[in-house]
Amino acid sequence: MSSRNDILQAIRDQAIPERPLPSVDIDAIIFDDPITQFQTVLESVGGQLIQVESHAEVTSHLTGFPPYRNAQQVCCAVAGLDNLPDGPNFVQLDAIDDPHDLKAIDYAILPGHFAVAENAAIWVTDEAVAHRAIYFLTQHLAIIVPAGEIVNNMHEAYRKLATKGGLDQHFGAFISGPSKTADIEQSLVIGAHGARSLSVFFVQSQAM
Amino acid sequence: MNHATQATAFVANDERAHWHDSALWFVRSKRDKCAHALPEWEDLRAAASEVKMHTISRLAKYLEQFEVNAKKLGVHVHWAKDGAEHNKIVHGILQKHDVKKVVKSKSMLTEECHLNPCLEKHGYEVVDTDLGERIVQLREEPPSHIVLPAIHLKKQDVSTLFEKHLGTEAGNNDPQYLTEAARGHLRDKFLGADAGITGVNFAIAETGGFVVCTNEGNADLGVSLPKLHIACMGIEKLIPRASDLSLFLRLLARSATGQPITTYSSHFHGPIAGGELHIVLVDNGRTEILGREEFRRSLNCIRCGACMNTCPVYRRSGGHSYETTVPGPIGSILAPARDANEFYSLPYACSLCGSCTDVCPVKIDLHNQLLTMRGKIAEKKILPWSKRIQMRLTSSVMKRTWLFRWAGGIARWIMPKLPRFLVYNRFNPWGKQREMPPFPKKSFRQLYADRKRNRQEDKPK
Amino acid sequence: MKVGLFVPCYIDQLYPDVGLATVNVLERFGMEVDFPATQTCCGQPMANTGCNDDARPLAQKFFKVFHLYDHVVCPSGSCVAMVRQHYTHYTHGNAEFESLTQRTFELCEFLADVLKVEKIHGTFSHRVGLHQSCHGLRELRLARSSETVGNSYSKVRQLLESIEAIKLSDLQRTDECCGFGGTFAINEESVSCMMGQDRVADHEQAGTEVLTAVDMSCLMHLDGFIRRQDKPIRVMHVAEIFDAALSSCSEADTVRSEDALTATERTS
Repeated sequence: MSSRNDILQAIRDQAIPERPLPSVDIDAIIFDDPITQFQTVLESVGGQLIQVESHAEVTSHLTGFPPYRNAQQVCCAVAGLDNLPDGPNFVQLDAIDDPHDLKAIDYAILPGHFAVAENAAIWVTDEAVAHRAIYFLTQHLAIIVPAGEIVNNMHEAYRKLATKGGLDQHFGAFISGPSKTADIEQSLVIGAHGARSLSVFFVQSQAM
Repeated sequence: MNHATQATAFVANDERAHWHDSALWFVRSKRDKCAHALPEWEDLRAAASEVKMHTISRLAKYLEQFEVNAKKLGVHVHWAKDGAEHNKIVHGILQKHDVKKVVKSKSMLTEECHLNPCLEKHGYEVVDTDLGERIVQLREEPPSHIVLPAIHLKKQDVSTLFEKHLGTEAGNNDPQYLTEAARGHLRDKFLGADAGITGVNFAIAETGGFVVCTNEGNADLGVSLPKLHIACMGIEKLIPRASDLSLFLRLLARSATGQPITTYSSHFHGPIAGGELHIVLVDNGRTEILGREEFRRSLNCIRCGACMNTCPVYRRSGGHSYETTVPGPIGSILAPARDANEFYSLPYACSLCGSCTDVCPVKIDLHNQLLTMRGKIAEKKILPWSKRIQMRLTSSVMKRTWLFRWAGGIARWIMPKLPRFLVYNRFNPWGKQREMPPFPKKSFRQLYADRKRNRQEDKPK
Repeated sequence: MKVGLFVPCYIDQLYPDVGLATVNVLERFGMEVDFPATQTCCGQPMANTGCNDDARPLAQKFFKVFHLYDHVVCPSGSCVAMVRQHYTHYTHGNAEFESLTQRTFELCEFLADVLKVEKIHGTFSHRVGLHQSCHGLRELRLARSSETVGNSYSKVRQLLESIEAIKLSDLQRTDECCGFGGTFAINEESVSCMMGQDRVADHEQAGTEVLTAVDMSCLMHLDGFIRRQDKPIRVMHVAEIFDAALSSCSEADTVRSEDALTATERTS
């Protein structure tokens, strides 16, 4: 414990005059059409947005995606989306003990809580996902967000998280687009370690 | 060490130095586009700066609050006074869990503490998983930039390196292909790791949680497969409230790479199910900087790297020329603040253009701090004697108007008469690539006096 | 209105024409210009090297020389930035001294802010490349820097653009440092020279015929490359361009002293 006390004491010894803590509620950007803004930014960071009426429509879109069609193993953690068409092998996340066993998942369909228009980020947590690793381990990713769950900017996002206890989960993340790197000569390459593609679905109705 | 010597070596390869300059200018331009798209940009900077200044002014309180809240979440909190203690703590945790293989995401703090060599010495396999960091790790060299660790390398260099270490095709320089090879290589490392180490971008006092930002997803993979997560952070990474993140996450990626946000901004509020989460809080000289009012603001730094991308000197001398963990303008304050003797030349590796100050998302007055640091270096007589005496002499001349006029007159009289070889030689660094200024017959003050006289003579007419 | 003319030491000795042009321009706008001959140097080279003890007596000398003037005007953004921003270390709470530092102006800002000059009469039919000298830009805020966000403005550019027949170059990097940086030009010769050559190259691609700035020190450095490499570019201080334009038309056509005086009354 002595290092702890030494550090705290060393800080207190400096007797720095207190500076005021400002409000974070600055006049932040608001969009006329947040969905279009979200879509534009998402596309610029390598993702795509699909707006659908129902889960059934999600299904039909997915079967049209080559990464989904060609997937050997698929998993889904979105309630109401479990009747996906036959084809790939379905892996039940809940039935797996060790996330390492998810290493062959090609396509994951996972829930997102809300979207942020200014930067195409989606808030996800491990609340309904047995292994958070799957968000990053899957080769391709679809995130299903209830339509209308969109905020303009990060200020609104954190206000939303505060009121909904969004940070109570052990893990939560903003995800914006697929995994990427530009570490080799500043050339943008999509698919660094995480998902190689990201499709975001805004779904109007939760019913099938 | 001396920055100028290292810089000269870098500049000597003109084509490569220009390539380096353009690569970073490209990042700066992307940042400009992002910043200018937000009308509230300056308000964001001001608020973020004030949040940091406030936190620093009450740091002990917030560290304690953070510790209490983190413990409530089941997180183990450790404190380290310096790099050695930090490494010892990390080593101890790994030992206890019988870890053999570690994956690590980007953490400037662990670079600063030289964690990797320490763990390797004890027989651990430590793999840096950020692509750029993995590249420099395989090359056995330090990162040259805090956000873009391999920005000094060309794709050919990476290709040669990967051919040797990862068995890629000789001569295939395609970044897509090379990244794919690294993806495969590192996936095995992620799947085989016993523990994941990450840095911390922001730690939240009111919740006890912290945020890690990456584009590649390497931090998340590294701490979502193994059961053990160790997060290492400097004590200045604290922010009071979760809502403060709205400012910082808006500023960080826009400033760093010109993206609206990093791909992954992960919030950790407790260990993974059935696992352990450790946080190591490190001082390593930070409380000392805290005590120096003129440099305190440098603790605002969120390590975005924007000051490097904009610095005309950094862009043309490369990160390695600074010989510090954090190079560029911010590094030129942090390093001499810690060891002025070794890093005295860094504050002088700056034309005082002020671009860093204007680009900094947390409003660190970088160029003014660099100037202040020069004052400290001169005061402590670390500045070479030859430079100090030169300034003393110039000052003595300038204090005496007659002497200034006389010295100027002599110079203007003699310089045009000297043969070229006496003016342009190795004792005249100005003249190596530049012509000397003209040496006119008369000074302004003489011409002005002539003119005044003529006018007075004209008047009676 | 009487102004104290502060001429940087190296302009006094090496670029007397810039000093004369400054006098001409100020007189053309109705100013009574006085050059106190005991002045030497503001102390910036010493201060920027960190040798504050060597800079301090020069700051005090500056105070002695100029404290009786209502306005001090200087054809250098850098030297004025030294006085206005960095003399705080040397004023030691002397209110008169502090007030003097705030009454010291770079030429263009004096024209734009104090005399409210909106137009420089006359013609200058060349393609002019404006180098945004850093201290004028980021310490005196003579223009919006490319890093910061807000309404864009440039006091120097606006004055230049008001001249008939002038064309301004479009640069790829609008406000990158030239690499002079005082003793930096010597200490870090290789980086300094690369920066300078890059600036010259940018002006070359933009078709600059006359390269100008508010600081002759930047131009001295850039001219060093231009002359060494025999480039078809001429350097001129902004005061020289203003002077050339104003001299191209008769006094009657330009702003007369009465106009300028009315302008100053407006400000007071």
